[in-house]
Amino acid sequence: MRSPLTPEMATQEVQLNETLAHLKTESETLKTKLEEERAKLHDVELHQVAEKVEGLGQFVMKTRRTLKGHGNKVLCMDWCKDKRRIVSSSQEHAVTMPCTWVMACAYAPSGCAVACGGLDNKCSVYPLSLDKNENLAAKKKSVAMHTNYLSACSFTNSDMQILTSSGDGTCALWDVESGQLLQSFHGHAADVLCLDLAPSETGNTFVSGGCDKKANVWDMRSGQCIQSFETHESDINSVRYYPSGDAFASGSDDATCRLYDLRADREVAIYSKESIIFGVSSVDFSLSGRLLFGGYNDYTINVWDVLKGTRVSILFGHENRVSTLRVSPDGTAFCTGSWDHTLRIWA
Amino acid sequence: MTINTLAKGGWNREQMACFRKMERVIVAMQDPDMGMKMRNQRLLITVIPHAMTGRDIIDWLMQKYNICEEEALHVGGMLVKYGYIYPLKEPRSLVLRPDESPYRFQTPYFWTSTRWPASELDYAIYLAKKNIRKQGELMEYEKERYSVLHKRINHTWDFVVMQAREQLRASKQRRKADRIVLECQEQAYWLINRPPPGSPNVLDMGLDKPNNFSSRVTLNSDYYKTEIENCKRALGRNRVKSSICLEGFVKYSEQYLNHDPIMQGCLPSNPWISDDTAHWTMNADMVPIPTRLRVERWSFSFVELLNDPMGRREFMTYLEKEFSAENLCFWQACEDVRHGENSRIVEKVEEIYKNFLAPGAARWVNIDSKTMDKTLEGIRHPHRFVMDDAQMHIYFLMKKDSYPRYLKSDLYKNMLAKAIVPQETKKSVFPFMRRQRHASPSPAQAARHGIEEDGQAKGGSQAAANSGGGSHT
Repeated sequence: MRSPLTPEMATQEVQLNETLAHLKTESETLKTKLEEERAKLHDVELHQVAEKVEGLGQFVMKTRRTLKGHGNKVLCMDWCKDKRRIVSSSQEHAVTMPCTWVMACAYAPSGCAVACGGLDNKCSVYPLSLDKNENLAAKKKSVAMHTNYLSACSFTNSDMQILTSSGDGTCALWDVESGQLLQSFHGHAADVLCLDLAPSETGNTFVSGGCDKKANVWDMRSGQCIQSFETHESDINSVRYYPSGDAFASGSDDATCRLYDLRADREVAIYSKESIIFGVSSVDFSLSGRLLFGGYNDYTINVWDVLKGTRVSILFGHENRVSTLRVSPDGTAFCTGSWDHTLRIWA
Repeated sequence: MTINTLAKGGWNREQMACFRKMERVIVAMQDPDMGMKMRNQRLLITVIPHAMTGRDIIDWLMQKYNICEEEALHVGGMLVKYGYIYPLKEPRSLVLRPDESPYRFQTPYFWTSTRWPASELDYAIYLAKKNIRKQGELMEYEKERYSVLHKRINHTWDFVVMQAREQLRASKQRRKADRIVLECQEQAYWLINRPPPGSPNVLDMGLDKPNNFSSRVTLNSDYYKTEIENCKRALGRNRVKSSICLEGFVKYSEQYLNHDPIMQGCLPSNPWISDDTAHWTMNADMVPIPTRLRVERWSFSFVELLNDPMGRREFMTYLEKEFSAENLCFWQACEDVRHGENSRIVEKVEEIYKNFLAPGAARWVNIDSKTMDKTLEGIRHPHRFVMDDAQMHIYFLMKKDSYPRYLKSDLYKNMLAKAIVPQETKKSVFPFMRRQRHASPSPAQAARHGIEEDGQAKGGSQAAANSGGGSHT
């Protein structure tokens, strides 16, 4: 039971509220100003620059493998650096409610371990064993601890560090061996749904996307948010760097994919079509960055010409939502995972 | 008609956005000028007005969105799956057929978005109506659900039966055509909101993400203060003109075009298509002779050279000839600190100091005095990033000086000259004879035995690419 407000407390509370409202207004004003600044140097559109580029011919990609091993919705997958293996995770068979969703998984760079997590709020690392009878669960090592579900995880350049994103609104960097938190990243206003590490030379940044419609670029060393983009109209489900590291693409529930240039500091392309109604769950680039693949909630994959902004092809095959999509490390194929319990390799 | 007791809050935002978009399509389809042509459809002996054929729907979608037939069938199929259009013949099969099959628009009253979520009470009344109207009209699964509901909301069962009877009485007053239409509409609604067992539930939301109003992050003054700080910093940022940045994408895609297997194919063939793993064998981490494309790629950027284990080894050989190999060794050691275990940082930094930075060190690296001083100061209290400045200095030294000279060197030129250009293999002569697929050795196995194996077939290890029963097109 709250004690009755004294006049002093009442005034303080009003002051606090005013301050909060004041801060919020200031923040919004600055954001508008930022958008104006960003627009000043935007002297040409991507598709205009790409007019001189040769158009893409007939595009034929088919399912080359269908992997049926999961008993439930496939939620996530990742490629091994050997270009042939994948790890995938799914919703464990649950009778009443989804209590054991494993929403994130990642292959270690060495190929000797995998990390995964989900509704358990943790990210655990499992060493890979050749002995099929060995109880892997016993060897599992709990690394990350969030206060809400784990939405994505990724090893950094080695098996020793893991980057995670969570429904608790934060991202975090962990030391695998000790489980110690090395850095945490605060700045999203709601669940963080995805992340991707930058392939840059000095390799110290990553991008994250969340339910607050924001895509944030972070400095891994300081924990600071160095760039932020807020142009999507709904949750951002997937972010992926352009191969050069100068840009990244995002996929959202608003049924669009967008390209953000980090040097121009703005959104430079929107990939959308009136006939595409359902949200994008997952995006990835082909090796040269010319193509952007998007997995959608209407069971399809749309292939976009990144430069010209046009939709090159639509691929059918899955019988339920495409929940995850990754291009293989050598770019020979891409893999999709779906709520229809299967994974497909396309080439 | 019936009381919808559930409040409209808590909808899944993503689904609602899709519903709204589908509804816009539906409204456009019914536009008097640009919409579809409707006609009367004969259903047994009754004539149903305002119906259209599956063919009509597909043609309209193709025309309106400028899409091919397959995509129009898909989009239209979604409209049927979500209950905005329902079939008159075979009403239990919510599929769009590209033929003369008749379909109708669902009335907005029965749009899933209007009555969301479907209430148990309404379902009970619906089943009760069916039960009363005709004995044995309920399907097996409906009978089961009916009895489950009967137990669960037993206390309101009188109300349920009363409502059911009332609705049946009211419907008897209507014309037969209207009655049939209403029954079809209601049936379509329940097929989606209470799908029969085994059929997919399109309204499956997956995990419940909270809407913005119940955020898990406290939007307090600290949050806004950080936002303001970030904005202020962003405002002071140097930006590059779009024309320059975007030109960069064009150049990059052009440069890598031949290296992109999905765009240009790969030699000798794409293993996923031809089942021939030669491409992987030829491009394994360490091979006696690399492919031409691979060696070319080393010239694209310093990062490309370093990222390829073979490229890195070649570069090291070159540096040894130039007596500056300590630079690359130093850089690698610093990487190891940055990305390694927390527990070994101190030990590794000490090693680096001993080998590379101490006066008279065996592999002393040439760093400018300012950076050296700062680094030595930092080493007193070693942390993960203590070598960053020195590492960057040496990295750019190699990038600006050694790397360009390497590309001009005989070592590189010879490598390029003798590099392999694989012959393209055509698809196998006998299309029905599939090649054997073998599992590749697991990296875990390689690590354990400490031997590097090539991509040759060795069975028994984890084979994600070959899991049993996989179908193949």
